[in-house]
Amino acid sequence: MYQYDTYDQAMVDARVAEFRDQVRRRLDGSLPEEEFRHLRLKNGLYLQLHAYMLRVAIPYGTLSGKQMHMLAHIARTYDKGYGHFTTRQNIQYNWINLEQTPDILAELATVEMHAIQTSGNCIRNISSDQFAGAAADEIADPRPWAELLRQWSTFHPEFQLLPRKFKIAVIASSSDRAAMRLHDIGIELVKNAEGVLGAKFFVGGGMGRTPMIAPCIREFVSAQELISYAEACLRVYNRYGRRDNKYKARIKILIHELGADEYRRQVEEEFAHMKTLGLNPPVAELERISAYFTDPAFEQGLSDALDRSDPDFAVWVDQNTHPHKTPGYASVTISLKPAGGIPGDATADQIDLMADLASEYAFDELRVTHSQNIVLPHVRKADLYAIWQKLDAAGLASANLDLIGDMIACPGLDYCSLANARSIPVAQKISQRFADTGRQLDLGELKLKISGCINACGHHHAGHIGILGVDKKGVENFQLLLGGSAAEDVSIAKIVGPGFDEDGIVNAVETVTNVYLGAREDGERFVDTYRRIGMEPFKEALYG
Amino acid sequence: MKILTGNDLKTGDVIWWAGDTRWSRHLADSADAGDEADAILKREEAALRVNVPYVIDGKQTEQGPMPLHIKERVRAFGPTVRPDLAINTSIPILKV
Repeated sequence: MYQYDTYDQAMVDARVAEFRDQVRRRLDGSLPEEEFRHLRLKNGLYLQLHAYMLRVAIPYGTLSGKQMHMLAHIARTYDKGYGHFTTRQNIQYNWINLEQTPDILAELATVEMHAIQTSGNCIRNISSDQFAGAAADEIADPRPWAELLRQWSTFHPEFQLLPRKFKIAVIASSSDRAAMRLHDIGIELVKNAEGVLGAKFFVGGGMGRTPMIAPCIREFVSAQELISYAEACLRVYNRYGRRDNKYKARIKILIHELGADEYRRQVEEEFAHMKTLGLNPPVAELERISAYFTDPAFEQGLSDALDRSDPDFAVWVDQNTHPHKTPGYASVTISLKPAGGIPGDATADQIDLMADLASEYAFDELRVTHSQNIVLPHVRKADLYAIWQKLDAAGLASANLDLIGDMIACPGLDYCSLANARSIPVAQKISQRFADTGRQLDLGELKLKISGCINACGHHHAGHIGILGVDKKGVENFQLLLGGSAAEDVSIAKIVGPGFDEDGIVNAVETVTNVYLGAREDGERFVDTYRRIGMEPFKEALYG
Repeated sequence: MKILTGNDLKTGDVIWWAGDTRWSRHLADSADAGDEADAILKREEAALRVNVPYVIDGKQTEQGPMPLHIKERVRAFGPTVRPDLAINTSIPILKV
């Protein structure tokens, strides 16, 4: 894992001291809210529906056991004993006291954490594949590239006041586990014809009120020119992105209006100019960062054999482990989606347990996924049963990864001041309706995603089944969408028809799964069947 | 009726104007600000007794003053999915 150098630590410590003074001035009235607001947001502090909410950055979702323990400590000491893992691989606390926030940030800084880049119109926390450095199917570890981008983007003076927020994801596998093409910039590490590693740039994707899939802007950018090319992409956006209309300010709108070809031409022009300035970080810098991400000391020659005599364990292994690049190892996904639970929520005790498991069994590493789960990336298969038993005892052994129970849901109107409807109760009711593991397994891979408003934090546009909560004359109403995907088969879901009330949407989900079960052909997932038979059979079953 | 609400500056708690310079965590204590709403908000915010205050429409019901919009009723209740954290459990979330 990356470790702070003296510059990193000094910057974070200085930021804490600066914010402590800003909070002091806000509390004594010398700093009015309209001036304080953007300062607190730059430190991840929102004013939400019930209280202040603090969003803590977890760069590319990677953290150590010590850092995870700190997250538990903050939940226990400064909040109400729990935290919420988000779709940007971060964590949020819902009940924060303004006066205590500088102390929280100071505690985070002691374990190389902060809340920078979790709000505001800047480059946000860089996200990545939760199996980075472990997956059998990756061509390289994307984390050094993500870390290089993090260092370049943090406090970059040119990009602190962009037209709108800006999100970047980096992956290194043809399997997209990071919703890469639904980002402002999606980077896929690839090898060119000479076998040299570089970056393929997709620019202008996103969800929100205008979902778009990022087109490929450049097939190959060398490691040496990664930062210059990214900077050229940002510069064109910063120059021409709309600042007059918040709803048209994201880069996806600019590229849609300019056209991908014209945007590409302007980026290339800027890129050519930048190359004359010699601003690229030396390749040695990427090599220096990469040294932090070398493999842990994997044992060689381990067996892949498992005792599968416990049927519940066998189901969990099949569903919640992922192939590892080293024989005898696996990556474990801990589902934060128990039947009837709140997606992404974990208690301080559960967070501590996961940290302990990382220390004992996983080289002290954890990952947060954009699907609001936690990963132990490097686990000996021989240890899986012991891990599963400990997770089971803590209510963390749901064997539902990528099944209907493993749904994404935003905090919705229960916590969020932007929301129009409560997404969590809908998630809980669907989760209970489909609680039976056998039934979930029969339905197979089914990505269900719920947002409580058009801002789409719950990724409803990218759900095989998506649900969007809206306000219909003061009453919650839920629209059903079908056919989305955030993976390598990326697509945007379409609204089926008129919305439903809370119980109606749960019934509607069951209805469309029944249509799928009746129509599917061998090997078809829900989304495959939808793509083959189209919307009509689902619409007919729902509305007659 | 006109209900005034906002957050406590220090704790972030949802608070409701209860007359004069008083603010309460309980919606039931709300007073009708009537035509004075804007002036009261300005005065109370300047005195740091409330943060980001605003006016909402409400009505008197058998359970006391009640916001017309669901969002404000959720604010008054607490997260509906965590009844253990609710502060005003008698608030009807879906309808008034």
